[in-house]
Amino acid sequence: MGTVTVESISLRFGKPGATEVVALDGLSMVIPDKQFAVIVGPSGCGKSSLLDVIAGLRDPSGGVCKMDGKVINGPGKDRGMVFQNYSLFPWLTVLRNVEFGLSLQGKAQAEITERARYYVNAVGLSSFENAYPNQLSGGMKQRVAIARSLANDPQVILMDEPFGALDSQTRVVMQQLLLGIWEKEHKTVLFVTHDIDEALYLGEKVYVMSARPGRIIDTIPVGFAHPRSYELATSPEFIELKRRIQHSLHAEVHKALSSAA
Amino acid sequence: MGNTLDRILTPRREIPPALGMGAGMLVAGGIFLGWCLITYGGMVDTTFCPPPHQVAVAFWRSLLDGSLLRNAWSSLVVINLGFFLSSLIAVPLGIMMGSFRIVQAALEPVVNFIRYLPVTSMIPLLILWIGIGIEEKVAVIFIGTFFQQIVMLADVSAQVPNELFNAAYTLGAKKRQVVMRVLMPATLPGVIDTLRVTMGWAWTYLVVAELVASSSGLGYMSMQAMRGLHADLIFVAIFAIGLLGLVTDQIFKWIKVMALPWARQR
Repeated sequence: MGTVTVESISLRFGKPGATEVVALDGLSMVIPDKQFAVIVGPSGCGKSSLLDVIAGLRDPSGGVCKMDGKVINGPGKDRGMVFQNYSLFPWLTVLRNVEFGLSLQGKAQAEITERARYYVNAVGLSSFENAYPNQLSGGMKQRVAIARSLANDPQVILMDEPFGALDSQTRVVMQQLLLGIWEKEHKTVLFVTHDIDEALYLGEKVYVMSARPGRIIDTIPVGFAHPRSYELATSPEFIELKRRIQHSLHAEVHKALSSAA
Repeated sequence: MGNTLDRILTPRREIPPALGMGAGMLVAGGIFLGWCLITYGGMVDTTFCPPPHQVAVAFWRSLLDGSLLRNAWSSLVVINLGFFLSSLIAVPLGIMMGSFRIVQAALEPVVNFIRYLPVTSMIPLLILWIGIGIEEKVAVIFIGTFFQQIVMLADVSAQVPNELFNAAYTLGAKKRQVVMRVLMPATLPGVIDTLRVTMGWAWTYLVVAELVASSSGLGYMSMQAMRGLHADLIFVAIFAIGLLGLVTDQIFKWIKVMALPWARQR
């Protein structure tokens, strides 16, 4: 199982008063088991902070997050995470990076390696299993990060703008790779992005988040059948949904800009 | 030719290796030539600044009678002992200080106070307490390096990106595993660099300790030479210290390359 429930989470930074920043204010959402959910929102809206709270890396100022009904109060291997950047262990080879989570549990090395190899292969990096992260391109690093997370068999994968730092061609390849894997593994995914095309192409459900303080202002079921091809992006339905999200985000971006000024 | 000149004058442009080596040799050779010029040219009193051949002879003699090796060995034992003891405590403590707020809060005031006290100011006290034997010199090196090391190592530890810890936590790592399997390996390159830099400073403290009060070592050797007005032997001692420093530095470089294959390609 892998149902994530977020119950009126709020998150504040700084001292109460003028300097206090309210990142999240009473945000609630339910991500059912095996859903590919995407949160799209303007930068600085607190969507990454929300992921941190679900991952257990950050305590909320109010509210609770639950995983299959159990209150989350710390990180755990049931909730894997793929970060935007810099999260591979530079002193470990590709294979050892992917083995990391499994090796923490003290399983037999042969079993660990077999499982890690499977996922290194699944992200197309078999010929790089002995390379170190600084020998890899940005896209390859993120593939390793995805493989590392999958190999650990989490119930939920939290993805914090994992393709945000990649060039647009690589990003498309990575999106297709991720969808292909998800169609096979069928895990709950919570994916955060500010890219509307990415949100619609990947998600079964897209949550649109407001500018700070972050709230969910629109929930859009995306019914495109799987496997999805990238030609989807030119279909009238896709464009219609894109327009809808753009419309709600446009107002939010303006709000964010004017409050920052 | 114009092309090469253009390259030389461009910031950060690579130059032909031969040209680089030539430039290095030119400067070193120039200094040596200047030395020859002022000594053989009779511009200085050779009692105080001996010509190259006299230094070479003194070097050879001190090598033959064993005094050079004996004193170099004595210095090496002291510096390695002091440096090893200091590193043994400073490495774990510094890493903890950079990553555990409680250790930082406990140590920072004391460390920052002592860090700005020149260790040389403590030498008289150390002589009173432990005499002028090897223990005193080891203590000088220990105090001199320890408080520098711990601050630099705390910084190395504090620089480890949070993402690495968070990645480990979300993969199921417990606190202990995060320390042993993320913090430790992540700090290793910085630890080696810190040791390399502080080893250079340790040589300075060693020589100061040997100059002030000692009965052996390269510093003692040059102090004795000064009393006997043997400037050539002072030159020998200085060269020996420089040479040992160079070798030590190369060893650290080599250790880094060998121990950290992942930090090699950039």
